[in-house]
Amino acid sequence: MNILQVLFKTSIGKKVLMAVTGLIMVGFIVGHLIGNLQLFAPPEKINAYAHFLEGLGPALWAIRAFLLLTLALHVWMAIQLTLENKAARPKDYTSQQTLRASYASRTMRLSGFIVLAFLIYHLLHFTVRIEGFGTYPHTTLLDGTPVRDVHSMMVFGFQNVWISLFYIISVGLLSWHLSHGLVSMFQTIGLQSRAWSNFLSKLAVLFSILYFLGNAAIPGAVLAGVVKIENPEVAGYVCPAKCAVCEAKKAKT
Amino acid sequence: MNVTIRVWRQKNDQSEGRFEDHEAKDLNPNMSFLEMLDVVNEDLTNAGKDPIAFAHDCREGICGTCSCMINGKPHGPESGVATCQTYMRSFQDGDVIVVEPFRAKAFPIIKDLVCDRSAFDSIMHSGGFISIRTGSAPDANAIPIGKEVADMAMDAAACIGCGACVAACKNSSAMLFVSAKAGQLNLLPQGKPEKDARVLNMVATMDEAGFGNCTNQYECSAACPKEISEEFISKLNRDYLAASVKSVFKAVPSTMG
Ligand code: HEM
Ligand code: FES
Repeated sequence: MNILQVLFKTSIGKKVLMAVTGLIMVGFIVGHLIGNLQLFAPPEKINAYAHFLEGLGPALWAIRAFLLLTLALHVWMAIQLTLENKAARPKDYTSQQTLRASYASRTMRLSGFIVLAFLIYHLLHFTVRIEGFGTYPHTTLLDGTPVRDVHSMMVFGFQNVWISLFYIISVGLLSWHLSHGLVSMFQTIGLQSRAWSNFLSKLAVLFSILYFLGNAAIPGAVLAGVVKIENPEVAGYVCPAKCAVCEAKKAKT
Repeated sequence: MNVTIRVWRQKNDQSEGRFEDHEAKDLNPNMSFLEMLDVVNEDLTNAGKDPIAFAHDCREGICGTCSCMINGKPHGPESGVATCQTYMRSFQDGDVIVVEPFRAKAFPIIKDLVCDRSAFDSIMHSGGFISIRTGSAPDANAIPIGKEVADMAMDAAACIGCGACVAACKNSSAMLFVSAKAGQLNLLPQGKPEKDARVLNMVATMDEAGFGNCTNQYECSAACPKEISEEFISKLNRDYLAASVKSVFKAVPSTMG
């Protein structure tokens, strides 16, 4: 049998596609989180990072296309497997106990689809940057290079409590999804044993908690006022008491 | 003790089913669940009514014929036993016990609590055997097999093919059954030569029969009267992937095109 047929047409093949696309996305989100945590450094840091990413040009587009394809495959397989699973029991039991399945494992479809809805919003908000979804200012790096002011864009977004809450809930659901997904993945590709799985489940929970805390810290810090807008041209900028710009203005008049 | 059973009655695969309540009176708590059904059926027969159809054979937990979803769990409340070895002492006097057949598209209902599990036979026909004649019972140590491998193969061989894994799985997946049957043979030297063909064919037949896909929740293993481990599913996944990759690169004789 052709390998594509195995992956797209057989029960185990489809599961393997779920697992591999899931793993690729896990790799991506870890990198993405590390990138985003640069928000805690001075604005130049994350602005220069975003500028570097955009400077990748065609390579950036290739990575984006690859990730979108990965996501599409993951969701497509999720839908297909779910429909097949529903069809495999046309008449449900009147009463059925849950013997062992974890709560996270029983809510994979729900958590997955809410994350999907969030992802669409998130891409419109920060990648496509639809007018009205946020504010998209510009600034210059220390060497004078004009760049997009990603720092202010993020802080401005997260100063809205509702947007922040939506982000926090969504990364919470993603972490929830991964607390089962990370273990499930190993079973699907055949790398599982009792002892290893006990260890792995704990590791997956730890990873999910850390991943959640890392992500929640970003809107959290903005809401708490720890991270502020530092670009004087952006609404919401608050002058520090002794500001060089203001002192200069005062000296002129 | 006395209990009430709320039992599924269904004429055949085509007809609609419904629940019926029946009293089971003056039971000995050490009766098996099936013996309790015998008591109810005796009463029904005496009253000129149609007795409840249920599947059973050995009544000692080795044939895999008995089934039933009892209070929402295959084979009833205890773990590691089949319905025939579930005793009335596991219930309370006065209980209302809900009894349903195993439900899955691949297990159509024949009557009442009896479903057709021949999809399992089809899976076995497609690879659950070894093709060479191994002769009559060989000398015990003629082929040395390590203890660990022998024990693993025995664990898998404990599967009685009852279908509780399918019944318990939220997706009606047969992965635990297939993984136990394939795993048992794949582990042993006699089964190794046909390992790749075996897993490919058994999984293909399983898919065709309309079972669902495994979501790694292990309800199967928790419901299994022989407590077969989900590790065999992982092994099946591994063996299946290896066989698929190998089949891509396998040289074929020129006579086969
Ligand atoms: C965007 C919408 C998403 C949907 C609808 C979705 C849905 C699902 C579903 C239904 C499963 C199967 C669960 C099971 O076998 O019980 C699954 C597994 C998984 N998902 Fe997602 N998911 C989504 C996004 C993500 C994302 C963004 C990631 C990673 C960052 C991810 C990582 C995983 C992993 C690692 C698995 C385990 C694969 C396996 O069971 O072998 N998912 N997902
Ligand atoms: S009747 Fe044989 S296992 Fe229960």
